[in-house]
Amino acid sequence: MTAADAAQPVRPAGRSLWGRLLRHRLFVTGAVLFGLMLLMAVFADVLQVAAPERMHYRFRFKGPSWQFPLGTDNFGRDLWSRLVHGARLSLGIGFAVVVVTGIAGTAIGLLAGYFRRLDEPLMRVMDALMAFPAILLAIAIAAALGPSAINAVIALAVVYTPRTARIVRSTVLVVREMEYVQAALAFGARHRWIILRHVLPNSLAPLIVQLTFIFAYAVLAESILSFLGVGPPPPTPTWGNMIAEGKDYLREAPLLALFPGLAVMITALGLNVLGDGLRDVLDPRLRVQHD
Amino acid sequence: MGEFVLRRLLAAIPVLLIVTLIAASIMQLVPGDPAAVIAGQGATDAEVAQVRTQLGLDRPFLVRLGEWYLGLVRGDLGYSLTLNRTVGQAILERVPVTLALSGIALLLTVVIGVPAGVLAALRPNSWVDQLVLTLALVGVSVPNFWLSLMLIVLFGVIVEWLPTGGYVPFTENPVEWARSLVLPSISLALLQIGLLARITRATMLEVLRNDYVRTARAKGLPRLMVVGKHALKNVMIPVVTVIGISFGLLLSGSVVIETVYSIPGMGRLLATAIFSRDYPVIQGGLLVTAATLVLLNLVVDLLYAALDPRVTYDRR
Repeated sequence: MTAADAAQPVRPAGRSLWGRLLRHRLFVTGAVLFGLMLLMAVFADVLQVAAPERMHYRFRFKGPSWQFPLGTDNFGRDLWSRLVHGARLSLGIGFAVVVVTGIAGTAIGLLAGYFRRLDEPLMRVMDALMAFPAILLAIAIAAALGPSAINAVIALAVVYTPRTARIVRSTVLVVREMEYVQAALAFGARHRWIILRHVLPNSLAPLIVQLTFIFAYAVLAESILSFLGVGPPPPTPTWGNMIAEGKDYLREAPLLALFPGLAVMITALGLNVLGDGLRDVLDPRLRVQHD
Repeated sequence: MGEFVLRRLLAAIPVLLIVTLIAASIMQLVPGDPAAVIAGQGATDAEVAQVRTQLGLDRPFLVRLGEWYLGLVRGDLGYSLTLNRTVGQAILERVPVTLALSGIALLLTVVIGVPAGVLAALRPNSWVDQLVLTLALVGVSVPNFWLSLMLIVLFGVIVEWLPTGGYVPFTENPVEWARSLVLPSISLALLQIGLLARITRATMLEVLRNDYVRTARAKGLPRLMVVGKHALKNVMIPVVTVIGISFGLLLSGSVVIETVYSIPGMGRLLATAIFSRDYPVIQGGLLVTAATLVLLNLVVDLLYAALDPRVTYDRR
């Protein structure tokens, strides 16, 4: 800690959460990067210059131009239009994974942490699921279920739920032992009330941070699933599919694989930085660096 | 300590049992008639029937599971549908390749990651520090298969220094073997280098704040000695566990990297098996990988206990 840091007030009481977030450099950087990608996804129909599946055979492998901002691919499809529609699908799948993982992980974590009898069996299953390399298990599940967007969501949710459950459980274990919870129990409060009133709100901060990182993992993992052919099948413009198609033309047209990969990277980077920022502000206990 | 080892071993058993159950159940996820799906679209009824018998799909799941466990006890993982050999043979042939690849990647990770982290901690907010933090963030955000493709374009296509893929066994030509592993191991290691550097940095910063470091400095010991002898030793304890975790991640990362670079290791074996629906290989491969990771975690835990005398393993 430098002298300047030490001189600063610890945290002015009363400054709103948003105020603190908006003053946090990491959070703002991450929000801007991710926000750009989100805008691309939301306004894909407006931003496209041609239908993403439309083939212009006369213009195959064209470089960037006014007509085709990022050039065209091997079928003469406009890369930019495919990229913005890819954003919609990749972020959509990532968000769906976050929602499913958030609900399932919270439910499992709460049950395991709050009810001792359920802890052992639930967490051993979670441990076993985490024993598999995440991406390998996701590929195996997605391949068995068949390539589609929904199956990709299922596969990734199975892989990431244990990680969420573990975080929620560890918070619950701490909160459960708090005196006010013990007091509430002594007064005859119902379990449901204690969980909703005390346990859940306390688990929220680490959960939100974790889900931001899971969003990033899910976008990355979805690109791998698509790349390997077990995500949404082509010609659906997912970023992974676009990289897979570009792979065969690395010599002639390296841009085909370059742009969708950059899109994945910027999205994941935005989310990771956003998550770091959120963690610093919401849950300073989890900070890795101390400077 | 002895009791701790025993307890830790016993705790790994239920996890391993559930792992085998998950690996064995993967085929149950296939919608419709798994035999028809596995045999492929153009298969005749006779071929579908043959697959059904070969995989035992005509018998109840629990019976098959029992048989699979019996085989497992005898060290028999079944027979591959496509490779014309036992699953065990197929895995054993490919393990050395993956170990070589992950081993080199791990070496890169440690040799670059630890010094980078130490340097960053010694000079907080310097350019080294910024570089380490940036690399760590970019490392976890870049899709490694895409990074591989870009490295192939750069070093294999544009400047033509390194092969774009393929693998040469060490016994055939050691130089070409090394050349064939350069790009894959860099692609694998990049993410881990950033992570390891970041954790080394955080641990180092914490250690440097300790009283014994201050005392050593106050005694007038040279900075190099303080950092190298007093601080680094304590930094290495958490770092060793991270290295253990890294190795696990490197092993799993090889699935994608080996596929991109056409390297005949465990990862590619599994990826190919998944696409050719070779379920015995998928189940065996998943099991071997997960079991390796469980054991690796166990070793890391034990190492942690052995390295740090302050760590006591009383029952919590």
